Amino acid sequence: MKRFRGFVIKEFYHIFRDKRSLFILFGMPIAQILLFGFAITNEINNVDIAVLDHSKDATTKEIINKISASSYFTIDQFIEREADIETAFKQGKVKAVLNIEKDFSKKLIAESKAEVLIITDATDPNTANTIYNYVTAILQNYQQGKNKGSNMPYQITPRTRMVYNPELKSVFMFVPGVMTIILMLVSAMMTSISITREKELGTMEILLVSPLKPFQVIVGKVVPYIFLSVINAIIIVVLSIFVFKMPVEGSLFLLGLESVLFIITALALGILISTIAGTQQTAMMISLMGLMLPVILLSGFIFPVASMPYILQLISNIVPAKWFIIIIKGIMLKGVGLQFIWKETLILLGMTVFFIGLSVKKYKIRLE
Amino acid sequence: MEDKKVIEVNGLTKMFGDFTAVSAITFDVKKGEIFGFLGANGAGKTTAMKMLIGISKPTAGEAKVAGYDVASEAEEIKKNIGYMSQKFALYDDLTVKENITFFGGIYGLTRSQIKEKTNELIEELGLQDHKDKLVGSLPLGWKQKISFSVSLLHDPKIVFLDEPTGGVDPITRRQFWEMIYKSADKGTTIFVTTHYMDEAEYCDRVSIMVNGKIEALDSPKKLKELHQADTMNDVFLKLARG
Repeated sequence: MKRFRGFVIKEFYHIFRDKRSLFILFGMPIAQILLFGFAITNEINNVDIAVLDHSKDATTKEIINKISASSYFTIDQFIEREADIETAFKQGKVKAVLNIEKDFSKKLIAESKAEVLIITDATDPNTANTIYNYVTAILQNYQQGKNKGSNMPYQITPRTRMVYNPELKSVFMFVPGVMTIILMLVSAMMTSISITREKELGTMEILLVSPLKPFQVIVGKVVPYIFLSVINAIIIVVLSIFVFKMPVEGSLFLLGLESVLFIITALALGILISTIAGTQQTAMMISLMGLMLPVILLSGFIFPVASMPYILQLISNIVPAKWFIIIIKGIMLKGVGLQFIWKETLILLGMTVFFIGLSVKKYKIRLE
Repeated sequence: MEDKKVIEVNGLTKMFGDFTAVSAITFDVKKGEIFGFLGANGAGKTTAMKMLIGISKPTAGEAKVAGYDVASEAEEIKKNIGYMSQKFALYDDLTVKENITFFGGIYGLTRSQIKEKTNELIEELGLQDHKDKLVGSLPLGWKQKISFSVSLLHDPKIVFLDEPTGGVDPITRRQFWEMIYKSADKGTTIFVTTHYMDEAEYCDRVSIMVNGKIEALDSPKKLKELHQADTMNDVFLKLARG
């Protein structure tokens, strides 16, 4: 065990002293998640909105002023009739319409609550969500100011309605996808490179002549990457939640477990690659061509699997990433539990066992 | 020199498909001996050595290293031998101290043993000013000396050196051989492959492999007499040309 610990420590030295791998490890996930995120999100600055004010009283004026005073929104037009909402959206300039209900002030005083309906154009789902969040924040801020020192606190309830894409079908596709790519990259590519590096440098031979058992060598090489991949997964989830307001509907614990399973799948693939590849270059090429491309093209990350030609649909079944994306989308977006994703989990588990078995066999052959 | 045999090889053979890389070699190495294992490239030296250090299984024949069978007790052998490969094999991105700590650790040395060995080694090699430098920044000759010392960290009974002096200047080679003599004096058996024939003269006994077979085995002096040659180089050329 002590031998093993020393081995793992040495592995961390390698990682932290190699600027290139450090960059791949931590620079890439952050850069990618931000890039993908902001490529989809429009900047929330001076977004044009329309206002349909049914009340036109003092309170609603204050609210509207507060919103237009913020740097996030510009009030493009005031509309008078419900029917004009659609026209405003169709013109394409307005991204959201604030629909303030009738007798807003009166209701607020009589019943201590009133509603604002925020109608957003969800063709751009991320922006729609962000607009809703920002308006809600402004309303809350206003309400807090009003309630200060009052013994009859009132409540302004923002409601939302997404138009044009109510289910937000393609939304947040990028987070599961990027998470899958990063875990694949870090786990499979980095492990295969670090194992082949030892082969190339001749240190692998020294390790095999030492009393360390071959499986200790391999596990020792892999443990730091499990650890770092888990940290990466956490970074990605935290960024998604706090920067992109991505919901995690299901259990974080289950998400964690499934991620660890996928990390192990990827590591097993990395080990397998390292048994085939003799040099770091080869390992990198095989990882990129053999793993990254399928993850990007065939996993359903960018191109929906259902609309692929039949033959590609069949091939996509052997891409582990496809199953992982289904799993994490289920957990994060739909909030499903294990009872809905046990099949996919089982498939991943089967693949992992298969890859580990195969690499153990390959590894033994190499030792002969 | 004692007469205790620490390596006993009997009919050791390795085949790769139809190709016989090592063909029924038989020899002994005694405790504290410097045994030169010579041969041209491709003669089967490295293959034979790999079987002796337990990372390649023999096709036929048997061999005992430090009293353990190479085919069935490889794990025991690994604890009792040191190994330095022809490819330079310390980690360039670790410091001298970290390399020593790591290799000491995988051979199961305790923390205090490692500390003691580290100080010893650094003093012996005069590396006081360089112990916290990355190994990658040191000259090749130094690296090889450190590498040799590292292979001796766990006080192995036998140390296997696979062309340890490849690519270094004659002065460093000389110093390297002084280190070898010193550890042989302490009772460590040295098994060294080389293709520098002048180095063969430094060995107590040498074997010369040609096409997978051992063609000659004796002290350099006797081999020169037997083949009526002035240098080991001539002996080697006579044998290799058949």
